[in-house]
Amino acid sequence: MSPAPTTTRPSGVPATAAGLRATARILARTDAHGITRLPVLDGSGPFALRRTGFPGPQARVCMVGAMSAPLGGDRLAVEATAEAGASLHLTASAATVALPGRTGDAATYDVRLTVGDGARLDWLPEPLICAEGSDLWMTTTVELAPTARLVLREEQVLGRSGEHTGTLHSRLTVRRAGRTLLDQETAYGPGVPGWDTSAALGGHRALGQLLAVGPEFEDAEQRVRLLGGAAPERRDATGGQGVLAPLTGPAVLATAVAPDALRLRAVLDEAARSLPG
Amino acid sequence: MNRAALMVLADGRFPAGGHAHSGGAEAAVAAGRITDAASLEAFCRGRLHTAGLVAAGLAAAAAAGGDPLALDDVADARTPVPALRAAARRLGRQMMRAARAAWPSAELAALAAARPRGAHQPVVLGVAARAAGLTPLDAAYAAAYENVSGPATAVVRLLSLDPFDATAVLARLAGDLDRLAADAAAAGARFPTEGPHVLPAASAPLLDITAEQHAAWPVRLFAS
Repeated sequence: MSPAPTTTRPSGVPATAAGLRATARILARTDAHGITRLPVLDGSGPFALRRTGFPGPQARVCMVGAMSAPLGGDRLAVEATAEAGASLHLTASAATVALPGRTGDAATYDVRLTVGDGARLDWLPEPLICAEGSDLWMTTTVELAPTARLVLREEQVLGRSGEHTGTLHSRLTVRRAGRTLLDQETAYGPGVPGWDTSAALGGHRALGQLLAVGPEFEDAEQRVRLLGGAAPERRDATGGQGVLAPLTGPAVLATAVAPDALRLRAVLDEAARSLPG
Repeated sequence: MNRAALMVLADGRFPAGGHAHSGGAEAAVAAGRITDAASLEAFCRGRLHTAGLVAAGLAAAAAAGGDPLALDDVADARTPVPALRAAARRLGRQMMRAARAAWPSAELAALAAARPRGAHQPVVLGVAARAAGLTPLDAAYAAAYENVSGPATAVVRLLSLDPFDATAVLARLAGDLDRLAADAAAAGARFPTEGPHVLPAASAPLLDITAEQHAAWPVRLFAS
């Protein structure tokens, strides 16, 4: 296993926490007939991986939540690779709930996605919910070859219904052809200065992103699109709102905030519908 | 040590065009999120610890001698909406003109030639600080302070807020500014040898969303 990225992790997170350690590994490779095979499909601990659908150009895998995780002290990782020409579609059966552990240690969850030339990866997990008292450090690190395609959704919900949020530090880094396309850190919850303010969330408790990268965004004129209640014709501050905008590079990113997970998904689905293909 | 140059660089009257930008405050006032001194302070604290931290890290890294063109790319990767990238480059171009008049240097000239339409403002600010003989910590202070003084000044005009109250907001943020500038300077010093991942990348979703809303307004008082 390659070392987990440590970009934002404070020295306070112990290197040898007493919690669970688990890594799920998925490798997608295309065969001579253009069928995407899964020579590695290896779950453990909280990750049970189920292949769904029939063998074809795209392999579909669902992560079935076998237990509540991550608890404080746990160190979880997912490594998924779509080799050149392969197509891999990853979903989850349920939300991931970050919970406090017995020791008060932070939990870590590191996702590493690698997509080769001409390959496509869809990373569409269910929301991450930060339960009261939890403390999670998450990284999502994506490496894309020059002609790779990616669709990535990330949803974070701050607290279960009616409770305060735990603490979440999350960093999303996307590199394409050796250049950093997107680098973003989100930090919310107790101990994070300024997180619950009108500059960041405006009282909202769910936030998310939908990122699409691929050669089809290279030349096309990508215009900015306001989503949900942010759109001028639907000016409505009570629901979700967002924006879909081009990055510096062949990619578009939707950024959204909403009062809850349901209304967040509605905004991100609106963004997804306006993507090509 | 050259403290006086920092006062020139951080002076609100330094002719770098900042007065035309509200740092998202105009949109926040229109949405009812800033209505008084208390809500201005909350907005500024949120902006400081996100956009302000990123700007301070970039400025410190440039002042520490980090490659300004690489830092300009780093800034793009941390600015996911075009309205804010355009505002940062417009401000960078204006900062460049003022800085080259004040502290002519080969590094400023090279950056101006490589980015004729403007580099991201915090990067220009960092190179300007270097040309003025200032430290990465000085550059971080200037970037972070400007990040909150801009909205505070804008809200005085937008809401007819008492200037005494707006200044008190800035004074109450001084402790946060001290800690943040030190963190940003430490990160900036590591950039030349360790690369972009050591630089802060804190994001504020509402600032991104409302910046694009604001850019679509037909009539507005501030450019951003």
